[in-house]
Amino acid sequence: MADILQLLVAGLATGAIYALVAIGFTLLWQTSQTINFAQGEFVMLPAFFVLIGTGYFGLSFWPAVALATVVSVVVLGLLFKRLIVDPMMRHGVLPLVIATIGLAIFFKEAVREFYGADAQPFPPVVAATEVTVFGVTLALQSLVVLAISIAAVVALQLFLSGTRTGRCMQACAQNPTVARLLGIPVERMILYTFLINAALVTLASILITPIYLAKFTNGEWLGLYAFIAAIIGGFNQVRGAIVGGLLLGVIDNFAAAYLSSQYRMAIPLLILIVVVLVRPQGLLGRIEERTV
Amino acid sequence: MSTVLAVRDLKKSFGGIVAVDGVSFDVTEGEILGIIGPNGSGKSTLFNCILGQLRPSAGDVRVDGRSVTGLRPCDLNRLGVSRTFQLLQIFPQLTARENLILAGQEHKGNMFSRLVGPPDAGLSEPADRMLEFFRLDHLADEQAGSLSYGQQKLLDAAMAFISGPRLALLDEPAGGVNLTMLTSLRDRLKAINVERGATFVVIEHNMEFVMALCDRILVLAEGRIIAGGRPADVRRDPKVIEAYLGH
Amino acid sequence: MRRGPRRLAGIIVVLAAAFLVAAPFAFKPYGIFILSMWAVMTIAAIGLNLTLGYAGQISLAQAAFVGIGAYITALLTTKGWPFWSTYLLGGVSCFAIGWVLGYPALRVQHHYLAFVTLAFNTLVYLIFRNEEWLTGGIYGISNVPRPEVAGWSMNGPKAFYYFCLAHLALVSLATWWLIRSPWGRAFVALRENPMRALSLGVDTRRYTLMAFALGAGLGGISGALYAPLVQFVDPTPFALGLSLNLLLMVVVGGSGFFFAPFLGAMVAVLLPEWLRFTEGFYLMGYALLVVVLMVVCPSGLLGLAARLVRPAARRSARSTAETSVAGPDAAVQSEGAR
Repeated sequence: MADILQLLVAGLATGAIYALVAIGFTLLWQTSQTINFAQGEFVMLPAFFVLIGTGYFGLSFWPAVALATVVSVVVLGLLFKRLIVDPMMRHGVLPLVIATIGLAIFFKEAVREFYGADAQPFPPVVAATEVTVFGVTLALQSLVVLAISIAAVVALQLFLSGTRTGRCMQACAQNPTVARLLGIPVERMILYTFLINAALVTLASILITPIYLAKFTNGEWLGLYAFIAAIIGGFNQVRGAIVGGLLLGVIDNFAAAYLSSQYRMAIPLLILIVVVLVRPQGLLGRIEERTV
Repeated sequence: MSTVLAVRDLKKSFGGIVAVDGVSFDVTEGEILGIIGPNGSGKSTLFNCILGQLRPSAGDVRVDGRSVTGLRPCDLNRLGVSRTFQLLQIFPQLTARENLILAGQEHKGNMFSRLVGPPDAGLSEPADRMLEFFRLDHLADEQAGSLSYGQQKLLDAAMAFISGPRLALLDEPAGGVNLTMLTSLRDRLKAINVERGATFVVIEHNMEFVMALCDRILVLAEGRIIAGGRPADVRRDPKVIEAYLGH
Repeated sequence: MRRGPRRLAGIIVVLAAAFLVAAPFAFKPYGIFILSMWAVMTIAAIGLNLTLGYAGQISLAQAAFVGIGAYITALLTTKGWPFWSTYLLGGVSCFAIGWVLGYPALRVQHHYLAFVTLAFNTLVYLIFRNEEWLTGGIYGISNVPRPEVAGWSMNGPKAFYYFCLAHLALVSLATWWLIRSPWGRAFVALRENPMRALSLGVDTRRYTLMAFALGAGLGGISGALYAPLVQFVDPTPFALGLSLNLLLMVVVGGSGFFFAPFLGAMVAVLLPEWLRFTEGFYLMGYALLVVVLMVVCPSGLLGLAARLVRPAARRSARSTAETSVAGPDAAVQSEGAR
């Protein structure tokens, strides 16, 4: 029983991280029809920014994190939007998807060439100690990760529903044409989603890299998990991304514990295929109206 | 004369907005029906519901007595219902002839025969004859994108008729066409009805065009039919005048 | 295309064909091997071009199909089955798998096929790697024999190269026929304007599925040739990397153009050998090129060439935004009508 609880908490913790990444992914899709195939690499990169900060610039951990956050938001948020997404809006969805595929490969190879192919250890947010909660021993790290992720999601939800800017962003996501008519600066709102996504992936990066080490190949499976989480939850729902991420984290963790490690990855993949087969709109999604 | 199209109590709402509010009408074989109405009266939504582009919230659509509500547009087309769109949609990269062959090919044979059979699906001749009918034969080998707007509209109309449909639904065929072309278009549409018995429904804003072309007219306002009858009668109907002036 | 450029293109094609036929006499065995690899990869890329360029769907599973074809051939020919049977089996199985995979994925909008194929490729790779009893796991299957054709052994590098080249020619001819046929016209329609295509009776779902399944089948055939070419089949080549590479090949060439796979495979297979770059930097530059191309000219290198040749026609022909990556090769269509 204690084992199951530990697995559950650990699963929720990693699931919460997947949820963060999936939320960013979903937000980008909702507001600007951007399918960011490089989302996984976006999560892989900030950790390396931190490592460069501590390694090459000799900063201590938190200043390096601050620097990495700024760099990420600028590069993965602002520059990504301005240099890549904006010029391609007129070409439609397909070229953008392919461009992000190219970007993913570029980032991956760049890290491999310029930083190295070996897995690098990454300092965790808190020391790897254990605490006892209600008589059950749990990893402190899991609890902290879970707490931070929940805080981030709650903050995001508050921002989106509680502030004027947030509500404007929601309006843009639902119907950009009407939003424009209402005088909402749609382009700026879209920029904000890109910046938020950059912040989310940075946070996710810092939370997940301690567990899996910083490696240039992280993007591959992280991206895949983000897509699966988003689709399981319901592709155009932020709430869906949260549910999908948590579910995926828990299932993945249990699979790792009880199934052969060789096929651990297979479970999320099978879930994806089943969801697409049986309920393509995901758990929380709505069946979409046919296009007019 | 049989009823080609029967629409009963068609409703379509988008959330709280009711775009089509219980519309019923028939289209008899061989007639040209016009549907007019002020902007926002639901004309295009009505078409899209009939044609499977949108799923109606309620109501029934029958073609030759057979229920077709909610069928996919391609299935509906193969049952003999064709359409044009308000926003011109020919294929600019293909030649005029090619556009027509495309419009007709899915009615010829089956998927397999279309793979192993002749590249033009045997439609070069019918396409050329249709081009001739619409006075576009000199443009047969031109890329459709290089035709003038009016010529493209004619081509679009031709594409609706090449498969010999039971019913064609034309969404604002006259939109944006200059006066000389307009006469040509109206003349050709009338001809295809008179000479080949083609049945069609036209949505239009251009009053003159619709009054001169159609046998019968329905007037839509706020999602409902408020008047119907011969062009001359509809023109004088006070309800119709109010619907237009009131907006 | 106008007369002049078409003639130029024709000359280029003839010269290239002559080069391909004559090349083995000037190249060392390794060079011939690379050319054979180019031919085999082009077949896989032609398949992907059908899916992406003509039906507008992203598939990230082409490597899996190549792998399935390769393993089927390796497993069976090492047990004595004749090559032609394994190659047919590979092609047909991959076609069927493509159909089964694509059917649910294409009912939905939003490029779900991309994700499903991504998952599928990863899954298949895991199976290749883990199921040692079937595939030999990481140890693979060695000593894959090269076939005999009418008593002539294809063992030597030159002979097998012509074998591959002949298959490429056959596949190209078949694809040419496909594109000229009503199917090709339906593909152009569903890619340029799926809504209009639907209203004309084109069953966009069925045609898209067909394109994907055919693309998968061609992947299988490519794999069937890959196995005897390399004569050793293990899981590593069939990971996601190859799927991405094939995708980039098609895109860089100019998806939707008939010759895009040939050009793209040349850039991906031949160029790195000839330029002697380290693999990592080449891939970086290649990926960057793709990003830039997508911004500047989504219809790839051939699209750029076409734009230079007929600028006026293309500008007036812009309809919906989605047309851009899937570059139109409607010139072939116009031929078909005569």
